[in-house]
Amino acid sequence: MSLKSTLGAATALGLIAASSAYADSHSPSITIATVNNGDMIRMQGYTDTFTEATGIAVEWVTLEENVLRQRVTTDITTKGGQFDIMTIGMYETPIWGAQGWLVPLDDLSAEYDAGDILPAMAGGLSHDGTLYAAPFYGESSMIMYRTDLMEKAGLEMPEAPTWDFIAEAAAAMTDRDNEINGICLRGKAGWGEGGALITAMANSFGARWFDEDWNAQFDTEAWANTVNFYKNMMDASGPAGYATNGFNENLSLFQQGKCGMWIDATVAASFVTNANDSTVADSVGFALAPDNGLGKRANWLWAWALAIPAGTQQEAEAKQFIEWATSKSYIELVAEKEGWANVPPGARKSLYENPEYQKVPFAQMTLDSILSADPENPTVDPVPYVGVQFAAIPEFAGIATEVSQEFSAAYAGQQSVEDALAKAQDITNEAMEAAGYR
Amino acid sequence: MARSVTTQRKTINTTIAWIIGLLIFFPILWTILTSFKTEAQAINDPPLFLFFDWTTENYATVMERSNYARFLWNSIVIAGGSTLLGIIIAVPAAWSMAFVPSKRTKDILLWMLSTKMLPAVGVLYPIYLLCIRLGVLDNRVALVIILMLINLPIIVWMLYTYFREIPGEILEAARMDGATLKEEILYVLTPMAIPGIASTLLLNFILAWNEAFWTLNLTAAQAAPLTAFIASYSSPEGLFYAKLSAASTMAIAPILILGWFSQKQLVRGLTFGAVK
Repeated sequence: MSLKSTLGAATALGLIAASSAYADSHSPSITIATVNNGDMIRMQGYTDTFTEATGIAVEWVTLEENVLRQRVTTDITTKGGQFDIMTIGMYETPIWGAQGWLVPLDDLSAEYDAGDILPAMAGGLSHDGTLYAAPFYGESSMIMYRTDLMEKAGLEMPEAPTWDFIAEAAAAMTDRDNEINGICLRGKAGWGEGGALITAMANSFGARWFDEDWNAQFDTEAWANTVNFYKNMMDASGPAGYATNGFNENLSLFQQGKCGMWIDATVAASFVTNANDSTVADSVGFALAPDNGLGKRANWLWAWALAIPAGTQQEAEAKQFIEWATSKSYIELVAEKEGWANVPPGARKSLYENPEYQKVPFAQMTLDSILSADPENPTVDPVPYVGVQFAAIPEFAGIATEVSQEFSAAYAGQQSVEDALAKAQDITNEAMEAAGYR
Repeated sequence: MARSVTTQRKTINTTIAWIIGLLIFFPILWTILTSFKTEAQAINDPPLFLFFDWTTENYATVMERSNYARFLWNSIVIAGGSTLLGIIIAVPAAWSMAFVPSKRTKDILLWMLSTKMLPAVGVLYPIYLLCIRLGVLDNRVALVIILMLINLPIIVWMLYTYFREIPGEILEAARMDGATLKEEILYVLTPMAIPGIASTLLLNFILAWNEAFWTLNLTAAQAAPLTAFIASYSSPEGLFYAKLSAASTMAIAPILILGWFSQKQLVRGLTFGAVK
């Protein structure tokens, strides 16, 4: 028999096997749309525990974050009813809750202990005081740095550093001959990528997206200081091509020992301290995101949360699942099977009171970072919106994506910072006018 | 002397062809290689080409985490169904345009092609709402019909081009011998156009197999094909390149094998009528 015939027969057999395997599968009871990240995947692995306890089968639809956003937004705005639970973030929850598109989670059982949810998380996932999504895990951003390189540079990282110290340390740690960049930061276009970092950073420089009358504020000195500081520091001490680097690119650089400091999501701490993947796992320190002495730090606040779209036929089952997945007992289950470092962080107060979890090296800094972010008052001057690294209005994602594209072009040297800010001002004002805010 | 020049030219041409072929194939080769690395090896700098500790762990993880069989079956049904349905509709349409053209045939052909110029996202909401009304969201039959409609202009154009190469006199002779329209198309035209139909079929099967916009937007748990399977391993927050590569390799393997088997028919069909 020739190789081709053998392969042909094998493929045919494979296809038959595939179809019979499919025929054996059973119908789902609830369908959950979720993102592909470590904690969510881990939860999928424990679904059988839930099914065994409740008899409710679970079907997962796992998608990349941007695809998921588009997918669930289409479904909820058209009342498609394809999902019984959606994984959404702090940006969507208050907007969709206000529209009446989500089932209020105001009748969770006493055993669930909704009062144990960290107030910053509960606040960001509520509208008018009603919780619309239960946080599965929460995060802020913080500084992750190489303790060995910091020592070599003759510096000591304060627990709450300023931006000036960070720029100085970045320059001192940079060693181009050995491919070590003093600092790695997101520069990639996208409101959730580079847009999130520069917005949080702008908060600490006294900048804001809008004044109280929804006028864009990119023509202010505070914004010019923010973007110029970022670009100057990154040009001097950042990696080549930083304008296109996002979370994954910087994670890869840090894990390979090519970053002295990295300011990003607290959830990254578990990756960079994991000896299986990181070459610098044993020399990582943590500090609060920097400030400029104006009372606001450059850290953001985010949660991936589970919400029930209004109109689902499986509301009771969906609530049961949410209570299970975001409960204290789920955290204990993961801790028992995989250790405390792997439990979903940033959602419950009781987790940080647990002596076992307090031993995790990044636990306290994660909590401190979360607690120092205030979505209700994110900026030095007052603003009409809620949200730290975003403004929780439907128009923001589109506007911020365009603005971050202009900033990325400035980082890459395709235009000046002044031009980028001027374009950002026009883009934002035009969009806000079209949407009827001004 | 002339012979040695020819041989030299042949060698150069072959070398250039191999280099271009390898360049085109390299991303697929790299994906396959990455699928056998650990996540740490996948992001190693400098990149590791062949000398690393090969592991099948990613495939085991993917098989454990996802119901690959269901995704594969959905891909087969959706790509196969839409292609077959498209061919059934396109053969008589292309016959009519090739052998009984009207004054408007060229316009119709151009109009059909112009539908391909509309960005898919522009009609996402109307089609989504239509699917809700008809109760066919996350349904394989709906996707078969939608993908068939999307690819129909290409199928008709390809078949029209092939049919135009067939002398009309042969069909006339069949008619004079008493063949009905159905017999003319089924027993005279189709056998003569088999290479063209086969290549149209294969090309459209590949297009439907790889279609990612509608298959991602109109499916959830039941009808999701391999495109959704790949999408489930992509993550902007976490390095899962090795697992993503394993999932991608598993998704493209069936179509690669099919393409390898049918390369003769594909080339024959695509060059059909090129040399007279």
